[in-house]
Amino acid sequence: MNIAVSAPLPAVAAAAPAKAHGLGRRITWLLLLPSTLWFVLLLLMPLVVILLFSLGERSAVGGYSPAFTFANYLNLASRAAAFSNTLVLAPLGTLVCLLAAYPLAYFLAVKVQRNRSLLLTLVIVPFWTSFLIRTYAWIFILSGKGIPALLASLGLDDVRLINTPTAVLIGIVYGYLPLMVFPIFVSLEKLDKRLLEASHDLGAGAFETFRRVTLPLSAPGVITGVMLVFILLMGEFLIPAILGGGKVFFVGNALVDLFLQSRNWPFGSAVAMTLVAMMLAIIAVYLKLVARFGGRQQDGML
Amino acid sequence: MDKKDFIKTMRSWQNGSITRRDFLGRTGLGVAAAVVATNMPGILTSQAFGADKGSIGDRVAIATWPNYHNPANLEAFASQTGAKVQMSVFGSNEEMLAKLQAGGSGWDVFVPTNYTISTYVELGLIEPLDLTRLSNFDPNAYEKRFMEQGIVNGKVYAVPKNWGTTGFVYDSKKIAGKPASWKEFWDLAKGPATGRVMVHDYQLTAIGNALKSFGYSFNSLDEKELADAEKLLIEVKPHLFAINSDYQPSMRSGDAWMSMCWTGDGSQLHRDLPNLEFTLGKEGGELWSDFFAIPKDAEHRDAAYAFINFLLNPQVNKLEVEAHGYPSGDKRVDALLPKAMLNDPIMYPAAELLSTLEFGAAATLTSPVRAELMARFKAA
Repeated sequence: MNIAVSAPLPAVAAAAPAKAHGLGRRITWLLLLPSTLWFVLLLLMPLVVILLFSLGERSAVGGYSPAFTFANYLNLASRAAAFSNTLVLAPLGTLVCLLAAYPLAYFLAVKVQRNRSLLLTLVIVPFWTSFLIRTYAWIFILSGKGIPALLASLGLDDVRLINTPTAVLIGIVYGYLPLMVFPIFVSLEKLDKRLLEASHDLGAGAFETFRRVTLPLSAPGVITGVMLVFILLMGEFLIPAILGGGKVFFVGNALVDLFLQSRNWPFGSAVAMTLVAMMLAIIAVYLKLVARFGGRQQDGML
Repeated sequence: MDKKDFIKTMRSWQNGSITRRDFLGRTGLGVAAAVVATNMPGILTSQAFGADKGSIGDRVAIATWPNYHNPANLEAFASQTGAKVQMSVFGSNEEMLAKLQAGGSGWDVFVPTNYTISTYVELGLIEPLDLTRLSNFDPNAYEKRFMEQGIVNGKVYAVPKNWGTTGFVYDSKKIAGKPASWKEFWDLAKGPATGRVMVHDYQLTAIGNALKSFGYSFNSLDEKELADAEKLLIEVKPHLFAINSDYQPSMRSGDAWMSMCWTGDGSQLHRDLPNLEFTLGKEGGELWSDFFAIPKDAEHRDAAYAFINFLLNPQVNKLEVEAHGYPSGDKRVDALLPKAMLNDPIMYPAAELLSTLEFGAAATLTSPVRAELMARFKAA
């Protein structure tokens, strides 16, 4: 349960002498300056550059040449498959991650008494190896001699995993699970266990307690985890490149091709802008929905 | 410097904590050697490679392709000349070009493929070679069509390293009927071998071999012909196992039954698994050759010439070919190779199959139309 600290304190501010008030404001501005510059230089400027590029043309040797045209945006349909793959697999991957992460986080936060830090460390151990190598290892697990061979020995013939959307989904859940586990763990750990007892005493069953006490109180963690994983997944390109074999194509892969292979920067910028816009829209809708149905616990811990 | 200090410094050089140059500087041996060299020119000029140990510098940096050299040769060069070979390995000509264009690559020798050489010359990144410094190079030992690729405006900018073809490899246990044309390749991909066929993630060959199945040029930039190729590629896409140039693992594991394939991969796969057969499409396809070139900003130019000259020595080159399985194109090397290798139809295809092959053109590689077509095929 977070306390809103951003709310102004009008009574105090009004009571302070005018001089001190002005000085305080200036100091506040001064302190905010570095982060504002950071924000403008590293976030807004690149976005403006991409926006300008997206209205330009590909120069003859590749790259950007100035122009004012919407042709790049009108050409977006040629990447429709990449967008639909991303828009299906990113939310689906986030959902599966959530379903897998919640019980694990619950177990770690509520049930485990001893060795908790050891178990938590085990969740992040995979991060000690390069993501690329870990994903590459999945090629061997998912290809013909791996899980499909195991299934064949059990009588399930001709199961194909590698280079399918399922393989990409497995890779996504494997890679992003820790990012989902931690925020949920933190919010569940703060959960006052006496509330569970109280709920029980008042006659609620295990499910009712979970639905009306545990879940709402862990909502900030869930919201944070979902946003973290979803935003990263929308830009993902490595997992589909390695486990999708060029068959399961994300917007991220389209961008890699446009910038590095065909060197069509303006079209690449248009695709990137569209992706950013979609992401903002989806997150806005998501937060609205959470606000409407989730009660008063909306401030995530981002 | 007394004896003890000298020994100590020498030990640090041997265990690598100081460089050879430091060692020579600290002990004064470098100056001594230089004095000796200038005063008695005869004493240090060498017999073997026209360069004595140390005189060409202590290193040569080469940018090349994976599995493309015999490690024993590189060690021999280092021990004979004192110049250690520092190798960086690349995945595509585009990457190589980008790195060299960015400047400060630090390379002394690199291995461009035929269709990029004119681009390097245009961008002013390479210079004509001084052939008098390559005594082991004999232009008459090569077929004219291989030599020509390294010549721009009548000047030799690059000398041939190896050549090869792009055909396809198939698993004869899974695919019957000995396919031998690109038409059959694509038909199998759409039909009996659906879900088991791989295509290069490289526009030159992926589009080129689709063009060939219609009988068009591998290098076509014609709008209608490219539209036909695109239609075929998009139609085949859902049937493919993968679009990936790293096809050896999938072919070996049996996940893929057929894949576009370069000569050397074909030899290696067939050598290990005889049921994997390599063949050229009878409509034609790609013939390519790699070259040695020296970047304009090469730091160790002497070492670069010495290294190329060393590898072009037929005895040395023979060991290279035996290691990587790509023919050298040098008649003097062929004469030294075992009969079995020369009769290998993968390495040395029949003349009538070779005659239909085309060299990739620079315009094909840099064409934005083809790049965008490839991107659409991948995004489909």
